Amino acid sequence: MKYADEFRDKELATGLARAIRAKADPSRAYRFMEFCGGHTHAIARYGLEDMLPDNVRMIHGPGCPVCVLPAGRIDMAIALAERPDIILCVYGDLMRVPGSRGSSLLKAKARGADIRMVYSTLDAIALAEQNPSREVVFFAIGFETTTPPTAVMIRAAEKKSLTNFSVFCNHVLTPPAMRAILDSDTPIEIDGFVGPAHVSTVIGTEPYAPFARDDRKPVVIAGFEPLDMMQAILMLIEQVNDGRHEVENQYRRAVAGGGNQRAIKEVAALFELRDQFEWRGLGSIPASALKLRSAFAHLDAELRFAMAERVVADNPACECPAILRGLKKPVDCKLFGTACTPETPVGSCMVSSEGACAAHWTYGRFRDHQRRLAS
Amino acid sequence: MSMHQRRLDLKNGCVDLSHGAGGRAMAQLIAGLFHEAFGNEWLARGNDQSAFDVATGRMVMTTDGYVVSPLFFPGGNIGSLAVHGTVNDIAMAGARPLYLSASFIIEEGFRFSDLKRIADSMGEAAREAGVAIITGDTKVVERGKADGVFISTAGVGVLPDGLDLSADKARPGDRVLLSGSLGDHGVAIMSKRQNLTFDTEIVSDSAALPGLVAAMVAAGGQGLRLMRDPTRGGLAATMNEIAQQSNLGFRLQEDAIPVKPAVAAACELLGLDPLHVANEGKLVAVVAPEQADTVLAAMKAHPLGRDAAQIGEAVADDHRFVQMATSFGGGRIVDWLSGEQLPRIC
Repeated sequence: MKYADEFRDKELATGLARAIRAKADPSRAYRFMEFCGGHTHAIARYGLEDMLPDNVRMIHGPGCPVCVLPAGRIDMAIALAERPDIILCVYGDLMRVPGSRGSSLLKAKARGADIRMVYSTLDAIALAEQNPSREVVFFAIGFETTTPPTAVMIRAAEKKSLTNFSVFCNHVLTPPAMRAILDSDTPIEIDGFVGPAHVSTVIGTEPYAPFARDDRKPVVIAGFEPLDMMQAILMLIEQVNDGRHEVENQYRRAVAGGGNQRAIKEVAALFELRDQFEWRGLGSIPASALKLRSAFAHLDAELRFAMAERVVADNPACECPAILRGLKKPVDCKLFGTACTPETPVGSCMVSSEGACAAHWTYGRFRDHQRRLAS
Repeated sequence: MSMHQRRLDLKNGCVDLSHGAGGRAMAQLIAGLFHEAFGNEWLARGNDQSAFDVATGRMVMTTDGYVVSPLFFPGGNIGSLAVHGTVNDIAMAGARPLYLSASFIIEEGFRFSDLKRIADSMGEAAREAGVAIITGDTKVVERGKADGVFISTAGVGVLPDGLDLSADKARPGDRVLLSGSLGDHGVAIMSKRQNLTFDTEIVSDSAALPGLVAAMVAAGGQGLRLMRDPTRGGLAATMNEIAQQSNLGFRLQEDAIPVKPAVAAACELLGLDPLHVANEGKLVAVVAPEQADTVLAAMKAHPLGRDAAQIGEAVADDHRFVQMATSFGGGRIVDWLSGEQLPRIC
């Protein structure tokens, strides 16, 4: 498979693993957070952990949009979808995200709510055209990567003068979440970040500069392929060893320094910052999410249907907040693998295969037993 | 007194409620369409059941339901799939399938021409697999109460003397053999889904496996521990089932598992793991190490096992983990699929 196999080459991986072992100073520990779920998934799926020395530890960050979507937003969507006039369009990975009291969109659909899984924002536009007597609502979710497609959809709806179409906007932003992790009350020990891949294709490298400059944390933007990850980890180790803290771009084949200006401008034209937004596992973070600008209020499902804000507290036994900050590991959580599994996720980290707990459960839990045997 | 009856309009006509009502219209549909397609001496007698001789050894029986969407897909349709799926379930015991039943739940308005295509390919698949569809049933439900047609089947077969394949027979050190590339059926179906249409050369691998199984039984005899066809949930689900039932762990080699580039690319695009995608013409066999090479050679010599490979082996493991050495050089678990990857795949 072209453009994929080249970045999964075993020989190159072995070489990079050797270089990492050679550079990693055995007298110290290296703790790097990969922000994105895509990176977390790559680490787990390709077994990268087996190729890193013991003193290089990856901490899995909150960059999985379905994981951090709070139960209250799911409850709001379910309440909306239960109205007989509504067709709710969602991306498939949202279907099993838990709302409050064990609810989910999947269960709401089974009870009769008209919820359609779509693969593209334009599928939602087509549904609105095909169902003029129904209200079609698109459940928009994701980081900076998926916001431009939502913008394209909104423009398309405007152009077609659709009167039965609106958007339930849940788009969130990466830099404020990274800031929230660094500024949390409990001191966290992170020596650097593997910066987002797809998000950075949109926003570029500049938004990470404060983390390098002010927080003195190296940031290496990396692609989602396993070789990208290995190279980024090597670059981070070199920065730490050299005492540098810069934003470096490993993913130069896709990320330009200034990002995608057209997408940035279009998003700015359509969306504005929310004062606060609730993140599952991280709590309320200021200026961390987007809503439609008032000029597009007629397309904002929250206003159009007077959707009541719902806040649902996270399960107190769930260790996701500590896991997302790298303070604990999935196995440190009492719920991990007992009450909380990919089939019945309790916390954000178990919701999607990009979450720290789900990735560890699905791909890596054999290592816990190996470790237990070894000790 | 014989009454004139208009012939079935196979070109433009469609099923209406009278075709399920037990009257003349139903009799005409059964005789004119199904008997025609399935053509055998048992159906020709027109009884509500069929009698056949019973073998002296052990028999196997299975039942299955088919609700695939779309009904017609690259490489087959719900009819051929129903026959293949049923005979394969019998064959996984090492048995030779003999007779099938087929029951149709048809939605009002379903076109005769489509029903005939489905019945014809069932007949053809049955003849190729060496089985006869000897009894059946048709029901018609109102529009909206089904989706075109649903098919339920049952099948019976006979076991060769002394053969008793079962997961509890597997032992540490046994080899895992796979008959060919993974994910073709699932990707072929997905490529035709209403909201997901994409162009691919991939066709479903839907095929009858009894011939391949017979060759493996002949070659491997007592070395065969068990066989499974990795349908819904893919190889991952099958290996985890085997691990649970055998109380063993398994170690697979990703490098050894055949996946066609087009399937790998489609999975990449859709965020799927080929190990979770359904197959309808593949089997996994666990074989004693001494016979593994012989059985693998017999598989490779058969057209449906041309790409067969040894993909791993059984190990003692209280946790019954299915682990895989990734092509990249790390290790990981191969877990069950969680949630629904794609409804109505078969």
